[in-house]
Amino acid sequence: MIQTEDLMKVYQMGDSEVRALDGASFTIEKGEMVAIMGPSGSGKSTLMSIIGCLDVPTSGKYILDGLSVENMDEAKLAETRGRKIGFVFQQFNLLARTSALENVMLPLTYAGVSGRERTDRAMKALERVGLSKRTHHAPNELSGGQQQRVAIARALVNEPAILLADEPTGALDSKTSVEIMDLFQKLHSENGQTVILVTHDSYVARHTNRIIKLSDGRIVSDEINPNPIKAGAPRVEA
Amino acid sequence: MLFSENFKIAIRALRANKLRAALTMLGIMIGVATVVALLSVGNGATANITSSIQSNGSNLLTVSPGKQQSGPPGSGGSQQASYLYYSDYQLLQRSLVNNVAAIVPTYQSSYLVKYGNESFSVNVTGVTKDYQETNSYKMANGRFISDGDNTSQSRVAVLGSQTAEDLFGSLNPIGKTISVNGVKFEVAGVLESKGSSGFGSSDEAVFIPLETGYNKLFGSTATHNDKKIVNRISVSVTTTEAMDTVSAQIEFLIRRSHKLAASDELDFNVLSQSDLLSTLTSVTQTLTVFLGAIAGISLLVGGIGIMNIMLVSVTERTKEIGLRKAVGATKNQILTQFLIETVTLSLLGGILGILLGVGIALAFSVSGLISSVLTADSILLAFTFALAIGVFFGLYPASRAANLHPMVALRYE
Repeated sequence: MIQTEDLMKVYQMGDSEVRALDGASFTIEKGEMVAIMGPSGSGKSTLMSIIGCLDVPTSGKYILDGLSVENMDEAKLAETRGRKIGFVFQQFNLLARTSALENVMLPLTYAGVSGRERTDRAMKALERVGLSKRTHHAPNELSGGQQQRVAIARALVNEPAILLADEPTGALDSKTSVEIMDLFQKLHSENGQTVILVTHDSYVARHTNRIIKLSDGRIVSDEINPNPIKAGAPRVEA
Repeated sequence: MLFSENFKIAIRALRANKLRAALTMLGIMIGVATVVALLSVGNGATANITSSIQSNGSNLLTVSPGKQQSGPPGSGGSQQASYLYYSDYQLLQRSLVNNVAAIVPTYQSSYLVKYGNESFSVNVTGVTKDYQETNSYKMANGRFISDGDNTSQSRVAVLGSQTAEDLFGSLNPIGKTISVNGVKFEVAGVLESKGSSGFGSSDEAVFIPLETGYNKLFGSTATHNDKKIVNRISVSVTTTEAMDTVSAQIEFLIRRSHKLAASDELDFNVLSQSDLLSTLTSVTQTLTVFLGAIAGISLLVGGIGIMNIMLVSVTERTKEIGLRKAVGATKNQILTQFLIETVTLSLLGGILGILLGVGIALAFSVSGLISSVLTADSILLAFTFALAIGVFFGLYPASRAANLHPMVALRYE
C-alpha cells in the first residue's frame, strides 16, 4: 500500500540546510490504522505532505498503491491525491457559504464526476458519517464535530486508498473528539479503510494499532499497539 | 472539469463579496461607458458634417482663394495673401456654358446687426439669386434675394431662422428695418432652419444682395487693387459625371486670368463636395480615435482595479486554494477558476458599461446638446476591450493562485 525508502526532504534556509526528513523508511499495509507521532519540528508534517502527495521528497522512494510518486509532475500529483488520498485537517477546511453536500462533492468535481452520480456518491459519504440530515447546511450552521464529519465525508467520497488525518481532533472538545475517533475506528474496522493519523497527542495515537514515532526527521520507533483504546462513548446520532 | 462548474464557483465567490465586486465592476463599467459614449459623439460629429455637406448638394464645386492644401478650406492660405476677384466670377459666367446650372459669387464679413434694443455680431453674406438654390435653402417666410435686388442695389436682407428669432422674437420680421453696421436694410424674407452644421449654425446669418454690399456696406475691405473681391465662387454642376471637366475648365480659366505661369502653383483651389467631405471626415475620424484613446485610459485604470482586488482575493483565499489542491485540483484548474472570476467581473462591468454608454449617447442625442451616433462597431470594440482587460489583468493574480504550494497554502493563517 505505502512503501517508503530512505525519504529525505531538505529545505534551504538561507545558508544552512534543514533536514526535515532524514532517511525515513517504512511500509504501511492496506487496512492498517497507524498513528504518526512526534513533537513539532520532528518532521511529521513534512512526512504527511509527502505521503499525501502534496510535496515530493528531495530523494528516496515512495510507492503509493503501486504508483511511484517521487518523480510525478504537478498535474499527476494533483490527480493522484484526488483519487488516492482523503485529507482530514485540524481546522476542517470546509468552503464557507457552501452546503455540506457541495463541500463533499468538491473532490468528485475535480475528478471529473458530474451530475447524478456526483450527488449520489456525496450523499452516501454523508450517510456513512451520520450526517444525512444535514446535507444542505452551510459550515457555519454546523457544530465543530459535524463540520469535521463533513470533512471526513469529503475525504471518503473518492474511496481513497488512504484516509490521512492531520490532528483531526485538535480543534474539538473532548466529547466530540471521542465521537470523531470512534468514527475513524468504525471506518477502519467495518470497511477496512486504511487510516493514517498524524498527531502529537499520545492519547489520540493510542486509538490506533500501530504507532510510528518521529524525531528530528528520523523514525525512532515503530511499534504495534496491541490494545488500542476503544473510543467508548455511546454513539450519538448527530 | 466543466466550464459551468468553474463559472458557478466564480459567481459564488463574487456574491460572497457583493460590494467589493460591484465597486470593482464600476471601474470597468465607467471605462466602457466612456468608450461607447465618446465614440458615439465622434461618430455623431462625422455624420453631422457629412449630412450638412450633402445637404448643400453634391454637385457643387467651390472655388476659394489660397493655395491647394489638405486642411479645411478657408483656414489656410494666409502666408501669402491671394484673392479671388469679382472679375473671375464674371469670366466664369461668360466662359462656362455647358454642364453648369448656376454660378454664385459670395462675399462674407461679420457686422453688428441691430433691431430695437437687440444687437449682436453676425456673418453678413453678399449673394446672388442662385445662392438659395445651390445651398438648398428653403424660405420660411417672404422671398429670397432676386436679380432685381442686385441690379438696383436695393437694401433688402434675408435672415437665417436663428437670427430672425434672436432679433425679432415672435414678431413677424418681414418689412421691418434692421441696421447692419449702421446701414438700414429692409427684411424681405426668413429662411427655414437647416440645423447646425459642423462649423456653427447656418441658421445664424444675414444675406444681402452682393452688389448692395459692395456699394453700401463692405467698403474698401472688399477690394484689392481697386478690384472687387469675393470669398468664394460656388459652381453648381448639372451632372456628377461633368464635375471633373468643369473643375478643370475653372482651373484653366482662373489660372489664365491670374496670369500664372505653367510652373506656378495655383493661388486658388477648386474643391468638390466629396473632396471637402473626405478632408473633414479624416479630421473627425482623428478626433474619434483621440476620444476613444482617452476613454481607453479609464478602461485601463479599471483593469488595474480588477487586478488589485483579485490579488487581495487570492491572498484571502489562500487556505481555500490549498484545500482545492489537496482534493485534486491541478494548477490549470485553479488558474482557470480565478481567470473566469476576473473575466466574469469585467464582462459584467462591460455589459453594464455598454448600457450606460448607450444611455449617455441617447441622452446626448435627445437633449440635442451634442449629436451622437451609436454604431455596432463601437459597442463591439468596448466589449472586446473589457474582455481583453479581464484576461490580461486576471492572468497575474490567477497564476499567483495556481502556483501556491498546497502545503504552504493549507497552513496559511
